Amino acid sequence: MNDTLNNPGSGTVYTETVVYSPPEAYVNDVPYQLAIIELAGGRRVTGRINGERAQIGDRVQFSEFRNNVPFFQKQS
Amino acid sequence: MRPVAVAGIGKTAFGAFPDRDLRSLAVEAGQKALENGHASASQVEAFYLGNFAGPSFTGQNHLAPYVATATGINGVPATRFEAACASSGSAFFHAASAVAAGLYDIVLVVGVEKMTSQTTPKVTEILAGAGDLCGEVRAGATFPALFAMIARRHMYQYGTTREQLASVAVKNHQNGAKNPLAHMRKVITMEQALAGKMIAEPLTVYDCSLISDGAAAALIMPLERVSEFTDQPVRVLGIAQTSDHVALDEKDDITTLTAVKTSAEKAYKMAGVQAADIQFAEVHDCFTIAEILAIEDLGFVPKGQGGPYSLAGGTCLHGERPVNASGGLKSKGHPVGATGVGQICDVVEQIRGQAGERQVKRNSLGLAQNLGGSGATSVITILGAV
Repeated sequence: MNDTLNNPGSGTVYTETVVYSPPEAYVNDVPYQLAIIELAGGRRVTGRINGERAQIGDRVQFSEFRNNVPFFQKQS
Repeated sequence: MRPVAVAGIGKTAFGAFPDRDLRSLAVEAGQKALENGHASASQVEAFYLGNFAGPSFTGQNHLAPYVATATGINGVPATRFEAACASSGSAFFHAASAVAAGLYDIVLVVGVEKMTSQTTPKVTEILAGAGDLCGEVRAGATFPALFAMIARRHMYQYGTTREQLASVAVKNHQNGAKNPLAHMRKVITMEQALAGKMIAEPLTVYDCSLISDGAAAALIMPLERVSEFTDQPVRVLGIAQTSDHVALDEKDDITTLTAVKTSAEKAYKMAGVQAADIQFAEVHDCFTIAEILAIEDLGFVPKGQGGPYSLAGGTCLHGERPVNASGGLKSKGHPVGATGVGQICDVVEQIRGQAGERQVKRNSLGLAQNLGGSGATSVITILGAV
């Protein structure tokens, strides 16, 4: 694993949504914010945003992996 | 390559049919297409089945011979094609390719899906299997969520509005209300569409197509033999299938369906036509934003103009270029494996002048656009009067 996969670091929200109608595996998570984050170097990952709602163009910081899913938080 | 023609079409109603199983729907459509093309099951030389997730929805596998033999077709190649929501468009593409190449003369293509026996969260999970399970889906993406993220980015880059998205739903319900085989024959207002229950922001339930059961079929053969069977043949003028990344986060610009552009370019070239020549189209409006992307990427309007053009009525039944006169996936219904061939049936009906209240005025050159996943498969079929 390279560093980007171990720790995506910070990035910019390329696009996002808030999901209200979940797949069976995530019925207890709704509503949740899902986003595609553009990382340094241009690589994009799909992850979740915890806490404050982020919009396209906002900077976000990687916080943790849960079940291999990267979670981010909006940078203040 | 030999020119190919459609000799017969057959559709079941689309809807929720608790008493019908996958096979009975597929057989009904297949037999209607044989009857419509004045052919018998014993004349069929190959059977192509489009189906996305029959094994997941119903548990049944080995579906192609299972359906073929129940239709009375035995002893010939019977194969299932899976390309997510483009499954039967892909089956039709491969069937037409085989007829064009001279492998067979008389071929039956059937598309089918039986979806309503599962709960909505389960259906959502099965459909998500058309995305990248190791990335976006594990993170919580559903298909509404993927298209919601496309919509958000399209709004950000081009100023597309929720009213413009909703105008697609209002128009498709207006058309679908006139379609006796449609799942939801109900007119909706702009206010209703905007106030719908949120599914994935900014898409409400009215921006999403329906979970449906249904089947559709087409009987195809070389043009040189079609007069033996019907006096209402429709010619396949151009057809192409292309592919792209499955994961949305691997695409450079998610506001463009690259595979739609490349397959349309190939199909236009094969047919010897340009985007401007296409008089009407059935496009893959799995979500309202998908119809806006489709009319842009097919070249009907410049990039970014799909929203304003839709709101202004350019795609209405009697607008400049009617799109989804059938009601589209939004109102007609979206039994995913049946959708591609269903669209082809709808274009054929228009060219034959048999679309009743939904009939478009300029009807000699039509297009069907069938999309798989968030754009990883695209099939474009251009059909014209013989």
